[in-house]
Amino acid sequence: MPVSKSVGARIKRREDPRLIQGLAHYVDDIRLPNLLHVAILRSPYAHARINGIHTDAAQNLSGVKSVVTGDDVKDVIGGIPCAATDPEGFPGIKVPHHPVLATGKVRFVGEPVVAVAATDAYIARDALDLIEVDYEPLDAINSAEAAFADDAPVIHEDWDDNMAFTWSIAGGDVDAAFAEADHVASQRIDHQRLVPNPMETRGVVAQYLPGKDQLNLWSSTQIPHLLRTQISVMLNMAENHVRVIAPEVGGGFGCKLNVYAEEALLGHMAKYIGQPVKWIEGRRENFLHTIHGRDQTGDVELAVKDDGTILGLRYTVSADVGAYYQLLTPAIPTLTGLMLCGSYTFKNVQMNLKAAFTNKMATDAYRGAGRPEATYLIERMIDVVAHDLDLDPLAVRRKNFIGKDAFPYETGTAVAYDSGDYTAALDKALKIADYDALREQQEKLREEGRYLGIGFSTYVEICGMGPSAAMPAGGWESSTVRVDPTGKVTVLTGVSPHGQGQETTFAQLVADGLGVDIDDIRIIHGDTDTVQYGIGTFGSRATAVGGTAMVHAMGKVKDKVVDIAAHLLESNPQDIVIEDGKYCVQGAPESGLTLGEIAMVAHVGVELPEGTEPGLAESHFFEPPNFTYPFGTHIAVVEVDADTGEVEIQRYVAVDDCGNIINPLIVEGQVHGGIAQGVGQALYEEAIYDESGQMITGSFMDYALPKAHNFPRFELANTVTPSPVNPMGVKGVGEAGTIGSTPAIANAVIDALKPFGVRHIDLPLRPEKLWKLMQET
Amino acid sequence: MKIEVTVNGEHQSYDVEPRMLLVDFLRDVVGLTGTHVGCETSLCGACSVMLNGDAVKSCTVLAVQANGAEITTIEGIAQNGELHPIQEGFWECHGLQCGFCTPGMIIAAHQLLERNPKPSEADIRRGIEGNLCRCTGYQHIVDAVQYASKKMTT
Repeated sequence: MPVSKSVGARIKRREDPRLIQGLAHYVDDIRLPNLLHVAILRSPYAHARINGIHTDAAQNLSGVKSVVTGDDVKDVIGGIPCAATDPEGFPGIKVPHHPVLATGKVRFVGEPVVAVAATDAYIARDALDLIEVDYEPLDAINSAEAAFADDAPVIHEDWDDNMAFTWSIAGGDVDAAFAEADHVASQRIDHQRLVPNPMETRGVVAQYLPGKDQLNLWSSTQIPHLLRTQISVMLNMAENHVRVIAPEVGGGFGCKLNVYAEEALLGHMAKYIGQPVKWIEGRRENFLHTIHGRDQTGDVELAVKDDGTILGLRYTVSADVGAYYQLLTPAIPTLTGLMLCGSYTFKNVQMNLKAAFTNKMATDAYRGAGRPEATYLIERMIDVVAHDLDLDPLAVRRKNFIGKDAFPYETGTAVAYDSGDYTAALDKALKIADYDALREQQEKLREEGRYLGIGFSTYVEICGMGPSAAMPAGGWESSTVRVDPTGKVTVLTGVSPHGQGQETTFAQLVADGLGVDIDDIRIIHGDTDTVQYGIGTFGSRATAVGGTAMVHAMGKVKDKVVDIAAHLLESNPQDIVIEDGKYCVQGAPESGLTLGEIAMVAHVGVELPEGTEPGLAESHFFEPPNFTYPFGTHIAVVEVDADTGEVEIQRYVAVDDCGNIINPLIVEGQVHGGIAQGVGQALYEEAIYDESGQMITGSFMDYALPKAHNFPRFELANTVTPSPVNPMGVKGVGEAGTIGSTPAIANAVIDALKPFGVRHIDLPLRPEKLWKLMQET
Repeated sequence: MKIEVTVNGEHQSYDVEPRMLLVDFLRDVVGLTGTHVGCETSLCGACSVMLNGDAVKSCTVLAVQANGAEITTIEGIAQNGELHPIQEGFWECHGLQCGFCTPGMIIAAHQLLERNPKPSEADIRRGIEGNLCRCTGYQHIVDAVQYASKKMTT
C-alpha cells in the first residue's frame, strides 16, 4: 500500500476478506449460551377485530419457554416511534398508537400478534400453529382512493376518517404562471409501492445481564444510536444501560433506518425470560412487515410556453402510507416536494399532499426516499411536454437548465443547490452514447418494425443529510480519531456502513491525512458502547457528513502530533511536514519521527511541550451547513419486442457528478447497484395488495427483483463539481443511480412506443402492459 | 437420524432431526455460518453450497438427504490459506458490497466455471441468474467471474 495519496485511488476494499471467506458475523451468526428462538404469529387479515387469543396449547408444547401477547406487553413496552409528527409541519396530523403486538384489532396482513420463545426455531414455529386467534374480519382498504371514500371503514377509530396528514409546499406565483401559459401538460402519475428487499432480512438478538442491569441488543440496523435511544424509551430503561450493536449488516436501502416492533419486543423478552433470545425475519415476513417505499399517486400539471419554457408546476397527490407510521413515514413525501423543480429554473411550484391510512405495511425511506418520486415526475413531464409541443426532449431540458454560473441556486421550494454544471454532464453522456447515431439507428429500425427507444434523465438530488434544522432527528455526525502508543490509528465513526465501504474510504482519508500505512488504520462503527453518539448511515450522508466529522477530528490529532514533533525536533509547528511517513523539518526526513514514535511520547507523557495534555485522541461533531446536490445525466437505450412486449436494455450510459471522488471503484459499485434498483422500479417491481388487503407479491417468485441477465454492461463516467458544503468537496453517491435511472428507462420505453402514439405509461413497464398497448393501437 | 457427511474435507457423523434443513445443519450443527439464508424458498441463492459437486440451494434440501455426501461451503473454498481465484476476483473487482449474497454467488460462480471455464459475459449473466444481489447491479460480479476465468485458464 502506498503511504500517501490513497484518496482518489481504486483501492480494493478492506471489508472484503472476511466477507468472501464466510467469516463475517451477521445477526444470525451470533451464538450465545442458552439462546432461545423467537417466532412471531402475524395477522392473516388486513383488518379484523381480535375477539380472543388462545395460547394454552402453544404454552404446553415441550421446548416452549414463553408466549407473549399484546395484552401481556401493552403496559410495559411503549409504542413504536415516529419522529416526524410535528403538527406545525403536518397540519391536522393523526398519530395513532402503534403497539409492538396488536391488541383489540389488526390493521394489516403481517402485523405481529403473538410471540413465542422456544429452545429451537423449529419448535417456535410449531408453537405458532397451536395458537388460536378469534378474528372478526372487517372490510379492508387497499388504496388511498379507497381510504378517502365516503363509506370507507375507519382504520383508527379514535378519529372519524382515514386522513393521516396533509402537507403542502409552494413557491412563486403558481396561478400567474398557469395564467401566462401557452399550454398546460397534465398527467396522472403513479409511483408504485416497492419492497426494499436487502438480501439479509432483519434480525435481532437480545441479551439481558441482570448483574449490570444491561440490555445488549444486536440488530440489523442502519442507526444503532437512534435505535438505542428509542429502545430505552420504549422499554423504560436508562439509555446508558442499553447497548445496541449493528454487526455485519446485509444491506439496508433505507428499510433498516427504522425502529421495529421486534427490536423492543426481543429486548423485553430477554429481560423477562432471563435468557437471550433471537429472532430472524423470514423473507415472507420481510415482504409483509419491513417498510415499503414510494406509493404516491398524483396529478401533475406543467405550465409551459410554446417554446418549451417551463413556467410552473402543480402536483396534487395522495400518499398511501399504510396502517401506522414507522420512524420517518410522514417525512418521506416532503422530500418529493423539496425537489420538484429538478434541474430547471422555474420557481412557481406547488404541491398539495393528502396522506391516507390503509390496511398495508407502512411506507418509509427506501433508497432515494421521496426524491425518486420528484425526479421521475419532472423528468417524465419534460418528455410529456416535448410530446405535446412536438419538441426535442433534450431541447426542452437545455432551455430550462439552471446555468452553471447560477450556483448557489435557490429553488422555488427554497432549497439552495450547492454547485452544479448540468450541461457538462449532459454533453458528456451524449458523447459517450453517440446520440446522433442512436437516433439514426432508431429511424432505421422503425422502418423494419423494431422499436428502439432513447430515454433521458437529467436529474439532481438532495443528499448528504443534512443540517439538523432540516432533519427530524439530527443531521450532524461524529467521529473520534485516536492514535495508540504504538502508532496504530483507530477511528470511531457515528455512521453505520452496511456495504458502502467506509472501512476503506475513511482509511484512505486517514492514510493521507496522518501519513500512516492504510493497514495500520481500523475503522470501528455500529456499537453504541464503543462509539460516541452518531446518527447513522442513510440519505447518502456517511461520507459527506460522517467523513467530514472524521477529517476534522483527524485534523485536531494532527495539530497535536505536529506540536509534539516540533517540540521534540526543536522546531516550529509550521515548519513540520510529513515526508516518507515521518514528521520532520522540511528537507530533513532522516531526523524525522514516525507517528508511532510521537504517539509513544504522547502516552508516556514525559517529553510533551508545556501545557499539552497527554494522550492522543480527538473527537469532532460536524454540523453540515447545507445538504449536497449531486446530479447527472442518464441515457437508456431500450428495445421493446413487438411480439412479446419485453424490454431489453441495450445500452445504459450514466454520467454522475458526486463531487470529488475518494475511491472510484466504490463509487462505480454504488452507481451500478443504484441503477439496478431504479431499473427494477421501472420495469419489474411492484408490491400489490388485493381488495381484501392480502399482499399477492410476497415472495421472490411474485415480486421480480432484477437478475444479472436483465442488464447490459453499464457505461459510466463522471463530471466533478466539488461541493462547497464540506472541506472534501464530496456530495454522496448512494442514491444517485436509483434516482436517475427510473425516469431514463421509462422515457426510453415510451420513446420506443412513440409510433403507437403513446404519451405516458405507469410503471412498472411489464411486457403484458406494453404488449396490450401495442395491440390496441 | 444418524447421518455421515464430509464437510470441507472433514468426515463426521451426526444425529439430526429428519426435518432439519441442510442449511440449518451446516450453520447450527456444524457451526459454519458463512452460508446464509436469504429467502427459504430456493429463489435467492444465498444458501448455495456444493453437494457432491453440484451447486444446490441448501435451504430446500434436508440434512438427511445429504447422508453420505461431500459438501463444500464457502469456508472450504480457500485452500491452505490461499484465496481461490474466484474469491480473489470478487475482492479485486469489488464484486460485493454488503456481502450477504457473496458466499452463494461464489459457489454459483464455482459451478459455472467448472462447467464452462471460459464463459462469455452472457454465459456468466445467465449462469448466475439463480442468485440475487441487491447491491452491485451484478456488473462487478461479472467482472469477478471473468477475472477468475482468466486466472484459472492461463
